[in-house]
Amino acid sequence: MKKKSKISMPSKYILMIISLLCIIMIFISFRTNISTGSLRTVSGYIYVPVQKGINRIGTFFSDKADDLNKLRDVMKKNEKLQAQVDKLSIENSNLQQDKFELDRLRKLYKLDQKYTSYKKIGARVIGKDTGNWFSVFMIDKGSDDGIKKDMNVMAGSGLVGIIIDVGPNWAKVRSIIDDASELSAMTLETSDRCFVEGGLMDMNEKQMVKFTDLKDPDNQVSSGAEVVTSNISVKFLPGITIGYITEIKIGSNNLTKSGYITPVVDFEHLEEVLVITDLKEKGGK
Amino acid sequence: MKRKIVVFLLISACFILQSTVFKSLALANISPNLLIVIVSSFGFMRGKKSGLLIGFFSGLLVDISYGEVIGFYSLMYMYIGYFNGFFKKIFYPEDVKLPMALIAGSDFLYGILIYFFLFLFRKRYEFGYYLMHIIIPELVYTILVTLVLYRVILFINNKLEESEKRSASKFV
Repeated sequence: MKKKSKISMPSKYILMIISLLCIIMIFISFRTNISTGSLRTVSGYIYVPVQKGINRIGTFFSDKADDLNKLRDVMKKNEKLQAQVDKLSIENSNLQQDKFELDRLRKLYKLDQKYTSYKKIGARVIGKDTGNWFSVFMIDKGSDDGIKKDMNVMAGSGLVGIIIDVGPNWAKVRSIIDDASELSAMTLETSDRCFVEGGLMDMNEKQMVKFTDLKDPDNQVSSGAEVVTSNISVKFLPGITIGYITEIKIGSNNLTKSGYITPVVDFEHLEEVLVITDLKEKGGK
Repeated sequence: MKRKIVVFLLISACFILQSTVFKSLALANISPNLLIVIVSSFGFMRGKKSGLLIGFFSGLLVDISYGEVIGFYSLMYMYIGYFNGFFKKIFYPEDVKLPMALIAGSDFLYGILIYFFLFLFRKRYEFGYYLMHIIIPELVYTILVTLVLYRVILFINNKLEESEKRSASKFV
């Protein structure tokens, strides 16, 4: 060991030097925007193409596993549904349900038309955060395709998250269920504003995100109300569906309400997303 | 030089697998931490210096691709590699208990540190929940993967040491 390294420095000192370097780097990256620098560009060119390929293998396996699960689920459901069919044919509540559904679909249809005015490009999810704590993922489009920081990301009809970092051929998205995510939202019907916060615990336990500070003095908002991004948000474009209120209760101050929203996007099986290339600041033009 | 290239490829492979395949194979949203297995194994197999350098580069990789700030994960992985290096003296390749215990301990420490720095500081006080639902499941899953991955790392390390010895004896 000794004869190999000509200049041997005790590992203590190396540890100290690199520690110091890391701490300095942490402070620098807090203060400046070094993160989009050359380091990430280099790693983007090395890892993104490989991740793209390997990710296909992963989705293949998970698809196979899903198929099995689905089959079991479907068989179970089939039995249940059979029993329900008899019940439902006696009770004539279908009519009522249809009516609600019609209302909701009409609303959705209107929203959909609103979305088409935003310019969108599709992207594929190629990698997820290596840890289990945060919900950040990478997509295979970057600044070469016109993607910029703070652009909104959708999947299907709902909001997925926001771009927080961009490289030439990749971009990093923080989803709204991420523990550090917070955005301003409003109810579609009454335009009452609230905050939507992602949370690791809420998402694991209930598959929902939390909302707080909803001002609703007239008690018009009930569970099932649709929540969309608010028009006063700095980074999010207005009117993108986040989800539907599932639980609502009055806060301890008796002035505001809080509760949980079920997001419309299936975050667990996210494969393709749409990036809205309009930025909020230019939204009006 | 050969060792550097092999280790670099090993880290890359684990990083890519961890962010793609294992995310798809996640059980209850938990996926194993392969990088900690590498960092900690090289720590107790090769000593403090290797441990801290490999830890630093693995962490840097996580930092530049998924981290919020550059340096946080580097720092954490580096210290984990370094402290595993202390156990080099009592490490025997045949004995699988010590590596298992060390890797489990490292992953546990890693979880606690992340909770402390990234969650507690943001007023997430439910430690018990995070312990039972994130840290422990990740540990168990990582240990299961270690059973296979550790043998691979050990094999690679033995081969490297053999070839290093051969080239060293040529000079003598």
